Amino acid sequence: MANTPAILAEGLHKSYGKIHALDGLDLVAEEGSVLGVLGPNGAGKTTAVRILTTLLLPDSGRAEVAGLDVVKHAQMVRKRIGLAGQYAAVDETLTGYENLKMVGQLYHLPGAEAKRRASALLERFDLVEAAGRLVKTYSGGMRRRLDLAASLIVSPPIIFLDEPTTGLDPRGRLAMWEVIRELVAEGTTVFLTTQYLDEADQLAHHIVVTDHGRVIARGTADELKTQIGGERLELTLAPGSDLHAALEALRPHSSGEMQIDRERRHLIVPVTRGAHQLAAIVRDLDTAGIALDDLGLRRPTLDDVFLSLTGRAATEADQLAGALVAQSQERSSR
Amino acid sequence: MNSSTLSSTEKVMPQARPAFYWTLVDTLVLTKRQLMHVLRTPDELVTSSLQPVLFVVLFRYIFGGAIAVPGTSYVNYLIAGILVQSVILGSAFSGIGVATDLQRGLVDRFRSLPMAKSAVLTGRTLADLMRSTFILLIVWAVGLLVGFRPEGTILNWLAALGLLLLSSLMFSWFSALLGLLLSSVEAVQQSFVIWALPLMFASSALVPTSTMPDWLRPFVEHQPVSLLINAIRGLVLNQPDATATWQAIAWCVGLLVVFIPLAVWAYGRRTAR
Repeated sequence: MANTPAILAEGLHKSYGKIHALDGLDLVAEEGSVLGVLGPNGAGKTTAVRILTTLLLPDSGRAEVAGLDVVKHAQMVRKRIGLAGQYAAVDETLTGYENLKMVGQLYHLPGAEAKRRASALLERFDLVEAAGRLVKTYSGGMRRRLDLAASLIVSPPIIFLDEPTTGLDPRGRLAMWEVIRELVAEGTTVFLTTQYLDEADQLAHHIVVTDHGRVIARGTADELKTQIGGERLELTLAPGSDLHAALEALRPHSSGEMQIDRERRHLIVPVTRGAHQLAAIVRDLDTAGIALDDLGLRRPTLDDVFLSLTGRAATEADQLAGALVAQSQERSSR
Repeated sequence: MNSSTLSSTEKVMPQARPAFYWTLVDTLVLTKRQLMHVLRTPDELVTSSLQPVLFVVLFRYIFGGAIAVPGTSYVNYLIAGILVQSVILGSAFSGIGVATDLQRGLVDRFRSLPMAKSAVLTGRTLADLMRSTFILLIVWAVGLLVGFRPEGTILNWLAALGLLLLSSLMFSWFSALLGLLLSSVEAVQQSFVIWALPLMFASSALVPTSTMPDWLRPFVEHQPVSLLINAIRGLVLNQPDATATWQAIAWCVGLLVVFIPLAVWAYGRRTAR
């Protein structure tokens, strides 16, 4: 049991007609860890959650949760998981307390236990005052908290959170992060899908980056950042500067693909030797007669990882670079 | 069981009881949820009762003088039709409710719980059955106020109520099935115009079928809604129509046997968009 991963997916496929929502998804989450599943809309994140939480059958492939096959032992899996979805799946015509009590009863807790857990969770999620009010009077953030509370009624060892902070205000997001951290501290395994890179960066022990229904990269946040190498030099050219000349001057220093935002005259250049290169770059730009409004060196973010992996922003950059310079970066433009 | 991280959970782990016991408990929990919805949205209950009441009053006073029915007064003839109509229109709530639960993601939540698969639908249809009972009694009472005079004994009338509730359950399950297949509230409402209106009007609900054209009559006289209305009419006017009654029961039971498993199957497959 010790080596059984909490969540395991192998070669999951799911199609809706011609659309491949999942196209051979593989992932593993160790017990007590947070697996961050990062991807744009339509990457298959929700489909993966639905298969793992027994709501949907895969077309092929295999998935286990708590060591149990999600297809063959669906009912046993359900006793060990909590699910908080993209929408706050709570009943608007019931009060917060009634919602939680109902979910407890449906988990087949004894009546008194369901009531006790409902009260305890309302307290934990700062909903005591609203406990007796109908949920239709709740704010978006309160609904999300109640939804999460509902998924924690039996303290399941494994929790699936499908974009838990989408649509929340910054304060609501931070509060949600805090709760997730507490859960992890208690030993809960968390499967977290998100479109927000900082969220995965903040919370996840391991990250899988998904696109078009498959994993395109995996590792810790640091590993992913290292994978794309070095730091990022961000420059903003002064108005009227020659973008073409700037690109020419920067090219020898760039360790990969440059991101170009023509409207804002903003360039992001991957570099490998950080501060050591800075002086040379400034000198070369100066020689070329390029004036700068702003210049900075920073560590790569997951945004950079994501963009370089999916190649979406890179494609835009290539179109511009291709027009400006003849022999340009072709490597990841396709 | 033997994993230490699960141990904190074991304390609040579900109790072990036979599956049948849990199906019953889950169904009760969800029936209660639905009844609370009914009680907390009194405007819905009022409007849904008002509609058949309006029908009784309007048809009674507008058509009552113009339509002659053999052997009894028009209001006596009419009431069975309106009772069945209110059952059919009332069943729309089941489908609308299921579609709403789907849209809001509640079905996803319920399906991720270790509960009986049928409970959400059974709970809803049972609660809607109680709503129907309330509406039927209102229609009956208003009928009495505007001149409806039931004949025969209370046993006949209770039999009529029983048959109405059986049909109410059947229409509710059908409606829930539509809610699961169509999944948008608007589509469910539209579907009622398509299937319910023809069945309600091309029937013996409002006028005797004898004046209808020859090509239409065979359908009107044999379709289940007419059979149901004829059976109810026979029971409340003390002219029991044994054939119509048995055929109506057979239709209701037969369709329930089809709709219940279909709806539970559809429920097990649907997820929110």
